[in-house]
Amino acid sequence: MIEANQLSKYFGERAAIRDLTFAIASGEVVGLLGLNGAGKTTTLRVLSCLLLPTAGTVRVDGIEVTEDPYAVRRKIGFLPDLPPLYPEMTVGGYLGFAARLRQVPSREVPARVAEAEDKTALRDMHREVIGELSHGYRQRVGLAQAIVHKPALLILDEPAAGLDPAQIVEMRHLLRGLRGEHTVLISSHFLTEISQTCDRLLVIHDGELVGQGTEAELASSMGQGGRTIEVEVRGQPADIAARLAALPGVTRAQIRSPGEATTVWTISASADIRAEVARLLVSCGCDLLRLEARTSASLESIFMAMTHKPAGGPQ
Amino acid sequence: MTAAWFIARRELGAYLRTMSGYVIAAAALLMQGILFNAFALGSEHNRLSTEVLSQFFWTYSGVIMTASVLLSMRLLAEERQLGTVVLLASSPVREREIVLGKFLSALGFLILITLPSIFMPLLILVNGKLSVGHVATGYLGLFLLGSASLAIGTLGSTLARSQLLAAIISGGMVVGMILLHPLGALTQRPLDDVLFALGIWHQHFPPFQSGMIHLRDVVYYLAVTYFALFVSTRVLEARRWR
Repeated sequence: MIEANQLSKYFGERAAIRDLTFAIASGEVVGLLGLNGAGKTTTLRVLSCLLLPTAGTVRVDGIEVTEDPYAVRRKIGFLPDLPPLYPEMTVGGYLGFAARLRQVPSREVPARVAEAEDKTALRDMHREVIGELSHGYRQRVGLAQAIVHKPALLILDEPAAGLDPAQIVEMRHLLRGLRGEHTVLISSHFLTEISQTCDRLLVIHDGELVGQGTEAELASSMGQGGRTIEVEVRGQPADIAARLAALPGVTRAQIRSPGEATTVWTISASADIRAEVARLLVSCGCDLLRLEARTSASLESIFMAMTHKPAGGPQ
Repeated sequence: MTAAWFIARRELGAYLRTMSGYVIAAAALLMQGILFNAFALGSEHNRLSTEVLSQFFWTYSGVIMTASVLLSMRLLAEERQLGTVVLLASSPVREREIVLGKFLSALGFLILITLPSIFMPLLILVNGKLSVGHVATGYLGLFLLGSASLAIGTLGSTLARSQLLAAIISGGMVVGMILLHPLGALTQRPLDDVLFALGIWHQHFPPFQSGMIHLRDVVYYLAVTYFALFVSTRVLEARRWR
């Protein structure tokens, strides 16, 4: 869906982004991470044809943005960090205007508006004036204008900015609802959001791409690639701890929450040994109730390591 | 050009839904009412109806230029202030459609607020005679002058980041174009002819005011309108490279 090659954007002598090369496949949900001023917004604005790149190429669905930006814009829905809302318009009127601008045929506009309102839980707000809506609702209207024309590519710049925790959860549900219908590129400061919403991450620092891949791949590339396996068992033998510790690759096995009927074990390993753990527990006569693998490094620690800042320090 | 129509319709709705449009309309009518009474009707000696009508268009031309600057200041500067320009710029809409849509909305609103002023020429009927041709020509002149002033205002709004700055830039450009004629009086041939011809008011509006249509005046106002809108479009296009 997106192919960026050696993409650069200069403002005067200053490079906002430099030699970015990445690709995003159709249907992927990709997170763009970076500190303030790292070049995230510039990257999104170039992809949205709001800015022309100084050097390099970007193809969206096979179309080069500098050659036919109008064709590219038909395929894009963009939500900037500040939703582009006209405060004097009603929600329905505004979404209708956005749909017409994006060349939705007039006869289809009411249906598309209703569909976008349903997806963003705005149906009850159809006749409300935007200027009188809360911040959370305005953010939803911003998202609705980005999807009203059913774009192939959805670009969201800080969609959860300024929302309270409850609204962030709602926004997370809305974003998850978009999976499968659009290719989505999200920029966010909320690492939990990115971690829970995205398939893959692009990490940008000082205008350069310093990492890309899944959370586990990034952790592995940073030497934080250990895995933690969490298992819940019933009816364990007395020597189970020693047997688990003896498995190749296991660095530590400890009980996280002992219970009367079941026990939860946390097993740290240097590789993916879920199959070996499952076989061992079953052969020991345990009832294996749950087995879950996680990367041991948090997205926060990966992000901080990639952007060369000590964890817990100011961003 | 369908997008230009959608933009014009939305923008015209914004004039009608917000207070600023009504405030400008009320101020324009009030100002013209006062000027009409003071200059056109306020004379102590008897005058011909055509002189009074000419005075009406003379005073109204100043009101039209002022209203144009105030109406156009919001067109693109407000979009940039609110961040809504992103909606237009990320949609499959060409810059010329954005500029044209904005300009047409302001022109439409200027026509709307000019229509009620028709009662002033009709007042002349109470004590005199009225030439429909003179009235129509005067309003055509106002329309063309308003169109040129609005196009200059659109350019000012495209250049500025805030509405206030847009009004200052546009006002400066319109006043500058008015002053070209007095400036021409201070220079010698052939420069004075060029400056007289470029001035927006002294040479090109008085014929309309007196009920005469000269093709050169019509062409002049249309050319100023086209040129200002063309430059506005280029400014918007260039912004993508920044």
